[in-house]
Amino acid sequence: MTELYPVQLTVNGMAYARTIEPRLLLSDFLRHELGLTGTHVGCEHGSCGACTVLMDGQAVRSCILFAVQADGHEITTVEGLAANSARLHPLQEAFRAAHGLQCGYCTPGFLMTLIPFLEENPTPSEAEIRDALSGNICRCTGYQNIVDAVLKVEIGD
Amino acid sequence: MATRYFGQPIKRNEDPRLLTGQATFTDDVHLPEMLHVAFYRSPYAHARIRAVHTEAARAMPGVVAVYTADDLGAYWQPGPLLVPPPPVKEIIFNPRMQVPLARDKVRFVGEPVAVVVAENRYLAEDAAEQIHLDVEVLPAVVDLEQALTPAAALVHDDLDQNLNAHVIQRKGDYTRARQQADIIIQRKLRYDRGTAAALENRGIVAHWEARNQQMTIWDTTQAPIPIRNGLAGMLGLSEKQVRVIAPFIGGGFGPKIMMFYQEEVLLPWISMRLNRPVKWIEDRQENFYATTQERGQVHWAEMALTRDGKILGVKDVFLHDAGAYAPYGLTVALNSQCTLLGQYDVAHYYSEFTSVFTTKPIVTPYRGAGRQHGVFVMERLLDIAAKELDIDRVEMRRRNLIPPDKFPYSNEIIYQDFAPLTYDSGNYLPALARAVEMIDYERFLREEQPRLRAAGKHVGLGIVTYVEGTGIGPYEGAKVTVEASGRVSVATGIGTQGQGHFTSFAQIVADQLGVTPEQVRLVTGDTAEFYWGAGTFASRGAVVAGNAIHAAALAVRRKILKKASDELEVDEEDLELVDGAVRVKGSPQTAIKLGDLAVRANPMRGAVKPGTEPGLEATDYFGPERGATASGVHAMIVEVDPETMMIEILRYVVVHDCGAVINPMILEGQIHGGVAQGIGNAFYEQLVFDEHGQLLNASFMDYLLPTADTVPRIETDHVETRSPLNPLGIKGAGEAGAIPVGPLFAQAIEDALHDANLEILEIPLSPSRLYELVAEAK
Amino acid sequence: MKPAPFAYFAPRSLDEALALLQEHGYEAKLLAGGQSLIPAMNFRLAQPAALIDINRIDALSFLEPASDGGLRIGAMTRQRTVERSALVAERAPLLHATMPFIAHMQIRNRGTLGGNLAHADPASELPAVMVALGARFRLQSQRGARWVNAADFYVGLFATTLEADEMLVEIAVPPLPPRTGWSIQEIARRRGDYAIVGVAATATLNADGRCHAARLVYLSVGEGPIQAHDAVAALHGQAPTAAVIAAAMRGASQRIEPLGDIHATPAYRRQLIEVLGRRALTEAFARVQPT
Repeated sequence: MTELYPVQLTVNGMAYARTIEPRLLLSDFLRHELGLTGTHVGCEHGSCGACTVLMDGQAVRSCILFAVQADGHEITTVEGLAANSARLHPLQEAFRAAHGLQCGYCTPGFLMTLIPFLEENPTPSEAEIRDALSGNICRCTGYQNIVDAVLKVEIGD
Repeated sequence: MATRYFGQPIKRNEDPRLLTGQATFTDDVHLPEMLHVAFYRSPYAHARIRAVHTEAARAMPGVVAVYTADDLGAYWQPGPLLVPPPPVKEIIFNPRMQVPLARDKVRFVGEPVAVVVAENRYLAEDAAEQIHLDVEVLPAVVDLEQALTPAAALVHDDLDQNLNAHVIQRKGDYTRARQQADIIIQRKLRYDRGTAAALENRGIVAHWEARNQQMTIWDTTQAPIPIRNGLAGMLGLSEKQVRVIAPFIGGGFGPKIMMFYQEEVLLPWISMRLNRPVKWIEDRQENFYATTQERGQVHWAEMALTRDGKILGVKDVFLHDAGAYAPYGLTVALNSQCTLLGQYDVAHYYSEFTSVFTTKPIVTPYRGAGRQHGVFVMERLLDIAAKELDIDRVEMRRRNLIPPDKFPYSNEIIYQDFAPLTYDSGNYLPALARAVEMIDYERFLREEQPRLRAAGKHVGLGIVTYVEGTGIGPYEGAKVTVEASGRVSVATGIGTQGQGHFTSFAQIVADQLGVTPEQVRLVTGDTAEFYWGAGTFASRGAVVAGNAIHAAALAVRRKILKKASDELEVDEEDLELVDGAVRVKGSPQTAIKLGDLAVRANPMRGAVKPGTEPGLEATDYFGPERGATASGVHAMIVEVDPETMMIEILRYVVVHDCGAVINPMILEGQIHGGVAQGIGNAFYEQLVFDEHGQLLNASFMDYLLPTADTVPRIETDHVETRSPLNPLGIKGAGEAGAIPVGPLFAQAIEDALHDANLEILEIPLSPSRLYELVAEAK
Repeated sequence: MKPAPFAYFAPRSLDEALALLQEHGYEAKLLAGGQSLIPAMNFRLAQPAALIDINRIDALSFLEPASDGGLRIGAMTRQRTVERSALVAERAPLLHATMPFIAHMQIRNRGTLGGNLAHADPASELPAVMVALGARFRLQSQRGARWVNAADFYVGLFATTLEADEMLVEIAVPPLPPRTGWSIQEIARRRGDYAIVGVAATATLNADGRCHAARLVYLSVGEGPIQAHDAVAALHGQAPTAAVIAAAMRGASQRIEPLGDIHATPAYRRQLIEVLGRRALTEAFARVQPT
């Protein structure tokens, strides 16, 4: 057993302090230490994008980051998007309206990839959307309805 | 029937939970004192085991137990045969099933050999790394055509060759048809392996509670009820002591219905042994070996035709790769055999297959489940015949389609449900005509393509047809209950993996009971909620469970009307179910809310009349006499860069007929997703095994799933030919999108590279492979 | 797919990091972006005894104009920062155009310029681009610092001239010479995949429109960035017409010996070497701005 490290970080606006093994992946830390199981794990080698979360506002893959690296940083997961399931974030609403999800396993990763993308580029073209989503794999939808959700979404402030 | 919600693109009930990260998947289950499991898997494709050394692993920190086959005692048994052999004359069938942990031999890379239980998964993997397997390495059996030669090593030592099964089926007399033919087209065609790669890997949590003598299992299975029944038997428990929950599942596509995976057998046993909850979550690397795969076949096919393009008969002899064990019987190969004739009126058919054991992962159905191969063979032969006879390829198909007055149409041979293959209904010409119109076939060939070719572009068109046998039995059931709140609960036994059952089934119930789909809460995949059923496979969920739910909802409707008639003292015929209430037609102020009626049907005082049941609840079942046959046409236009062989799909059209449509939005989604998997299968995905049976691309870096930039926009339209086999008139749709994409790519790419004299007889393709094929054709 | 245990260090200063590197040598791995290292650790293909996480050394993250008209870039500058930099777009357009080819946005948010270059993956775009641009790398250890040309830095498969105690700390990208154009071409199966073949080109014309100098640097065709010296030699002094470029590439592609793998046969790679080389040179020459 290796030495444990103390970490302090903010997740969805809540402060957490834990003592962890340095090899603990951020995805496992969020899911199993903090119980935030909305972040899903699809490949654990940084290829499928399901585990995408925001680190200081930037989309990153939590399966290829160690939780110790998030010490002092701010993480946002899918649980941080909507206040509750009755009041969805506009992007979540758009996914629902366009049928942009089927099994829903990849969906949190798509949402978290799109949040910073749309902040930077609120009215993207279809080609830009497809390019931005090329690092997220969905095995159910064929992407078309996801792309349509993004084309139709309007995120107010 | 006042149809209001059936047929509407209702937004899905399950989405808010999924979108907010609040839906429970198997790996989200966390129990106090839970232990974690990792497997030590064979690094060899084929070897005799001398010893499994686990001492070092047992001594690792955090390790609670390490088990090998020897530790399992009498629990060590080969798995059951899931599907018995079909009732076909002179069949040879050698079933050999997987074992929980390899004992004498390992037969594929990734076969479980030992299992480590530790305080967390990290520690379990540390310990698994310390296990050492002492073996005599045996020659791998990789190539299908080599597998049956005398030189091949034996995968199962008790067989005298690697023969899993041999089946011949006949319709008419092909030999006679061949004699009458003007032309015979003969080709050898190959289809290679891929993997379903559901984004969620498999996983199991088993929790034995000794105090309650109760076993609860969360399992990423498509078939929770058969899993419960089987595990109860293996564990020596009553079925009532075992509860299997298939929670939200991150995609199934077939392999999640395999029974029984080695891990499924072991986790509950470990939990009982240690009296603690245990969890195993398959990782992506394991998934490439431990989850079943599909698609390896080699066909020698021929088609006999008249000179005006009428098919007289088809002969097809093929090898099917079963992998190391064959627990799923012959379903995949039978599907290939039974789907091959497709939409065409063929009087004479000879089909012979040999299923062979190889030292590769186990083969069981994956979306399409063998249908791809049949469609590939037939459509390719038609394309080649059309070229040879100089007949337009659409015209070639038109001349051979089964005419609408020939339904039900018998193909005589035995299908995967063991009933003779009979198409229940169909109307193929309008769908083909619609696809031709949508892709603008005539104009493309007459104007567009010559113009593009003159400009140096290589753009081609493909158009192919297919059928899909769907909605087979045996049966499903459902229980529908009106609760005191006026809300309706529905329980059914099938699992759900993203098909939208929470919504489409709610629509069926809502129409019968006069409520909204949001007021219908569906529970599926929990054996504590519904006892009977088979599972989600073979595009049968909507057809079989949907009709069972319809039947149960109708029964509740009858109860509601009867009770309300008594309460309101009005004839049943004068009542209607609207807005969550029963009311008198033309006099809506005389009404009773469903919830109030439910309370009155379940009173605290007074008496429930003899001969009636309390509450507003009913259970019913549906079992179709045979499967319903869906059909469709795919067309696409593709541009190929002849220097790099990179492709761009410019248009993709699907015209589909799956009978009555419950929710067109969900149906479109199924088609989009199927096409995406078909595109992967045709041009991106291939499992590459070397001569030692080692898989060379067991990662998402090297196994290429289609991405948002490789899947085009898909244009869809529908033709509706209701199925006479079920009251709702529906046919399954889950697999259709994936089935005909291989031959579509082949035809369109040949057309694009028209000057290369190319004949594509294999799937999957890739730019590198195309470059090779073009070089060979020169 | 969980990594094996390791000792973890998170130095705040370069001195501290170099001391740790001196102490642990090849037993330790530097953790920069980790976007190649951590996947390898999850597969347990890499099991370093220690990780020295250099993400907290602010001094290694900078991107500024150099006095020669080029750029100075700190090794820990995120790829996404390079991608979004107007300064990079202006002073090193080839580098700027290359960034979107590297994996995906989530990876580039984390991945660093120095980490990618030091990893020396033969399928990676950036080493080839740095060789094409004539970039120089500053390597530092407790013993001191030295500058190495990108072309000399790569010595084999995942191999560089970095000593066990050395760290790549800065990249100097020179300005493009006058009358120089550039191109980056690659064939990847999907957006963001490792290229089957890729090539970076720079091409300089003399005053009368003939080829004065060029660099054509391939990725994914050998053990590191592979320069097509023959093609460049064949172009020298020639007007870069389509026929001249095509002829130069036909010869050159025969002298590179690419390997086959599951994605491409050697013959297909050789074809792409020729086709992409031709396209890259054509585009690079076409991009030359007359002065």
